[in-house]
Amino acid sequence: MTMSAQIKSKQQTRIVVVGNGMVGHHFVEQLIQHNANVAQDGQAIHICVLSAEPRLAYDRVHLSEYFSGKTAEELALTTPQYYQQNQVEFKLDAAVVDIDKQAKTVTTVQGEVLAYDKLVLATGSFPFVPPIPGNDQAHCLVYRTIEDLEAINHAAQVSKVGVVVGGGLLGLEAANALKQAGLQTHVVEFAPQLMAVQVDEGGGRLLRSKIEALGVQVHTQKATQNIEKGDSCRYKMCFADGSNLETDMILFSAGIRPQDALARQFDIAIGERGGIKVDNYCQTSAQDIYAIGECALWNNFIFGLVAPGYTMARVAATHILGGDLSFLGADMSTKLKLMGVEVGSIGDAHARQAGALSYIYENQPQGLYKKIVVDATKQKLLGAVLVGDTSDYDTLLQYALNGIDLPEFPESLILPAGSEGKPGLGADALPSTATICSCHNVSKGDIIAAFDNGACSVGDIKSCTKASSGCGGCSALLKSVCDSELSKRGVEVKKDICEHFAYSRQELFHLVKVGHIKTFDSLLEKHGHGLGCEICKPAAASILASVWNEFILKPDHVSLQDTNDTYLGNMQKDGTYSIIPRIAGGEITPDKLIVLGQVGKKYNLYTKITGGQRIDLFGARVDQLPEIWEILINAGFETGHAYAKSLRTVKSCVGSTWCRFGVQDSVGQAIDLENRYKGLRAPHKIKFAVSGCTRECAEAQSKDIGVIATENGWNLYVCGNGGMKPRHADLFATDLDSATLVKYIDRILMFYVRTADRLQRTSVWLENLEGGLDYLKQVVIEDSLGLVEALEKQMQLVVDSYQCEWRTAIESQASRKRFRQFVNSDKVDSNIVFVQERQQIRPATEAEKQSYLQQADIKTSEVV
Amino acid sequence: MTKTANWMTVCQTSDLVDNSGVCALINEQQVALFKLSVREQVQLFAISNWDPIGKANVLYRGLLTSVGETITVASPLYKQRYSLATGQCLDADEIAVRVYPIRIEQQLVQIQIDK
Repeated sequence: MTMSAQIKSKQQTRIVVVGNGMVGHHFVEQLIQHNANVAQDGQAIHICVLSAEPRLAYDRVHLSEYFSGKTAEELALTTPQYYQQNQVEFKLDAAVVDIDKQAKTVTTVQGEVLAYDKLVLATGSFPFVPPIPGNDQAHCLVYRTIEDLEAINHAAQVSKVGVVVGGGLLGLEAANALKQAGLQTHVVEFAPQLMAVQVDEGGGRLLRSKIEALGVQVHTQKATQNIEKGDSCRYKMCFADGSNLETDMILFSAGIRPQDALARQFDIAIGERGGIKVDNYCQTSAQDIYAIGECALWNNFIFGLVAPGYTMARVAATHILGGDLSFLGADMSTKLKLMGVEVGSIGDAHARQAGALSYIYENQPQGLYKKIVVDATKQKLLGAVLVGDTSDYDTLLQYALNGIDLPEFPESLILPAGSEGKPGLGADALPSTATICSCHNVSKGDIIAAFDNGACSVGDIKSCTKASSGCGGCSALLKSVCDSELSKRGVEVKKDICEHFAYSRQELFHLVKVGHIKTFDSLLEKHGHGLGCEICKPAAASILASVWNEFILKPDHVSLQDTNDTYLGNMQKDGTYSIIPRIAGGEITPDKLIVLGQVGKKYNLYTKITGGQRIDLFGARVDQLPEIWEILINAGFETGHAYAKSLRTVKSCVGSTWCRFGVQDSVGQAIDLENRYKGLRAPHKIKFAVSGCTRECAEAQSKDIGVIATENGWNLYVCGNGGMKPRHADLFATDLDSATLVKYIDRILMFYVRTADRLQRTSVWLENLEGGLDYLKQVVIEDSLGLVEALEKQMQLVVDSYQCEWRTAIESQASRKRFRQFVNSDKVDSNIVFVQERQQIRPATEAEKQSYLQQADIKTSEVV
Repeated sequence: MTKTANWMTVCQTSDLVDNSGVCALINEQQVALFKLSVREQVQLFAISNWDPIGKANVLYRGLLTSVGETITVASPLYKQRYSLATGQCLDADEIAVRVYPIRIEQQLVQIQIDK
C-alpha cells in the first residue's frame, strides 16, 4: 500500500516536528516526498518544524570536518529555501516549553502556541558530562553542535594542552580535532580500553598503541574526581588513583543521554535510565505523539547512530500516513577511520551470545588485528572486529546481515590471502534483499529495480536511490554491485577518456611514450577516431608536453590547447585575460614591483594580489597580451603558467634569513624548487609551499607538495589540497637534505604525471591509489617498481628543456599573429566595457553596458 | 538568407589557422571562421562569434571537437558545444548561433552576409 492511499479527507493533517537534527530532517523529507506524490489533490499534510538551534539540520556525522575547513554551510543538510519551496513551516531558536496533550498544542519558548494532529519528538541527545566538581569552568566543553565546535576553536587558540574525557568513538574524533588544532592531546577513559563498545580487548590494545604512535597520550582506568586550578596549565585533573594531569582545556565526550526532558515533564513514559519509550511504530505512551532518533528508547535500547534514526523516521512517517512499516531494531555495525586508523565493528563483537566461537588473527609488526565471531555450528557469522585494516568489512558485514553460509574454514575470511587467494563474496553472491546502503535503506533489489527503470550508471543510482549519499561507507560495495549489474546487462564498464579514444589517460601516456608519438594527429591516427574533443585534446596536449616538452604553440600543438593555454593567459568572464608573471617563492625586488605598477597603469588593468604570493593583472584584451608581455620580459619577468595545468607557485614564509624562529632558508629553497619544476605540465595544477619552521606560516600542509624545515633538514608532505575539497597533506619523509628532497619530489611528481587521471589533483590521486601512502613510499623510496631512475630521467628532461612560453611566443611573428582579435581589422571588441569601482576597472554588467551604449553610441571600448 | 545577401571577401586563406579559429569583423558583426584540415581534406565554417550563454565575443577561441559525426566548437567560457554546420547548441536545445555560408575564391576567404 502506498503512503498516500490512506489520507482521503481534504482536511489537512497538522504535523509538528520538535527538533531538526539529522533524523528530524529525514522525517520531514519523507513527508515532503509524500506531499509531492499527492500534490494533484492538494496538500494532504501541513508540516511545522521547531528547532532549538539557530540553524536548520546539518551533518553531525561529519562534524569533525569543520576543523579541516568545512563551513557550517557545507555541513548543512538543507536550506530555508528548500523548506519554503515545499511549504514546510519552520521556526529557529524555538525550543518547546509546553505540551498540552488534551488540547493538542505545543508552546515554544517565545510563547507561540501551535496546534498539532500528530506530534513528533526528534529532540536527539545531549552529551553526558560526568558530575565532577569543577566541570563547569570556561574551558570545559562538549562536542555536539556547531556552536560547540566554535567554542572549542576559541579555547584551542589560547591552549597548549587539551584533554578529551571519554575514549569512545566520538571522544577519539574530538581528540583528532584537538590534535589538528596543534594541541598536545590526551584521552582519559574510565574503562580499561578504548572504544569498549565496538572493539574487544585485543583490538583495543592495538588501537591504543596506534593512537599513541600518532602523538595522543591515552590514559585508561582513570576516574576524574576533581578539576582544580593547575600549576603549569590552566587546570589540573585529579584522578581517583591519586595521579593527576594538567591541561588548558577539557572536552567531555563520555557518551550521550537522550534528550527526554519534555517527555519527563509532560508525563510521557520514559525508561528507567532515560529515553522516551516507543513501540514498533515509534509511538510513545501518549496518543498521537511519536519519538524518533536518539531520544527514543526501543526495547530498552537507545540507537546512537544515524542509520537506525533514519529508519525510525521512515517508520513514523509511514505510520502517520496510514502505511504499514515497523521498526524492529537495527544493525549497529560501524566502519570508520579515526586519525587515519581504520576500525570496524560488526554485530556481536564481544562474542557474548551463547556458544559463540572466535577466530583471531593478530599481526603486530604490521599493526593488524582481525577477529570473527561465529555461531556454535560455524555456519553463520555473528560479529567481527577489525583494527588497522577494514578491507574485509563489507564482505563480513554481508555474511552477518544476510545469514550467508560461511566457507568451510571461516578463518580464511580474515587470514592474509595466500597463493590461492581469499574466498571472495562478489556482488553476485548477495541475495537481492541484502542491504547495500543502511543509511538510506537501499537493498540490492532496489538497485536492480533502478537499473530496470532506466538508470545507467553509479551516478544515476546514487541520485535516484540516494544510496551512498549518507555516511558514504558503502561506496565501494555500491560500485561493485553496479559494475556487476551493468556488465550483466551487456554494458561495458569503460575507463575511456572520451568517445575518441578507448583508453584511459594512463594508457594514453604509455602509448605516447612507448610509441614515440609526438603529435596529436598521429596519436589520433594510430589509436583514436573522429576529430577529438575538449576532453581528449587538452589531455593529449598535456601528455605530449609532459613527455616531450615542446613549445605548446607549435603549429602541431596549438589547436589542442584549451583557450587559456592557446592565449597563455586566463580568460575572464568578458573574454579578456589576466596576466600573472612568475614571482618565484614570492620574492620580488622593488624595481620589478614598479614595472608591474607601470604596466598596470599604462594598460589600465585591475590589479590584485593572488593567494600564491603573486600579482594578477586583469582586463587585458587578447590583442594587448603580446606587447604587455614584451615589456614584462624585457624587465626580467617570465611566464607564471597561471593558465596551465602545471606547477603554479611555491609559496614561502620568510624563513631563517629574517625570522626569529626560522630554522632553515625557506625562501631560498622555495625559489630553487619553483625554478626546477616550473613549466612541468601535469594532469592538473600543482602547488607547493615551503615553511621555515614548524609554525608553518606558508601553510605547506595544504599543498600538493609541502616542505617544512626542521633542525636537521626538511620534512616532506605530499598530496594536500586547499580549495573545494581540502585535504591535509601526508607526511612522506622526515629530515631530508636538499638533494634527497629534490630526488623524492622528482619521483613523486613524475609518477603522478604518469598514472593520474585527467584533471585529477594529487590529493584525489593518492586517495585512489591502491595501497595509498605506503604504496607511494615503496615506489619512491624503496623503488619497488624499479622505476625511480626512469622517473628522475624524465623529470630532468623536462627541467632541461624548459622555455618561457611567452618569450618564445613574442619572438615569433607567426605566434604573435594569433593574438589579433580580428583578421581583417584593427578595431577592438566593442562588447568589452569597463566601469570604475574602488579606483580600478571592473567589467560592466549587462545593464550598465546597455545604458552606456545608448548614451554614448560608441562601439569600441577605448573609453574609460 | 535574404536576396540582398552578398559574398564578401574577409581575409586571405593564409590568415586561417589549421583546426582552429580566427575572427573577422564584417559590418560591425563578429564572425568566427574555422578551418578543419584532416588528412589533406579542408572544410571551412563561419558562425557568429557571440557566445549567447557566456555573453562575450569568444567562440573563435574555442576548441574544435567532434561529437559523433557532428563537428562542433566548444565555448571557451563554459564549454557548451555548438554545431558548426547548423549553429545549434548541443547542450541547450533552445539556443543556436547564426551560421554564415563560407567559400574560398582565388585564395580569398569569402562569406555571405547581409549588406
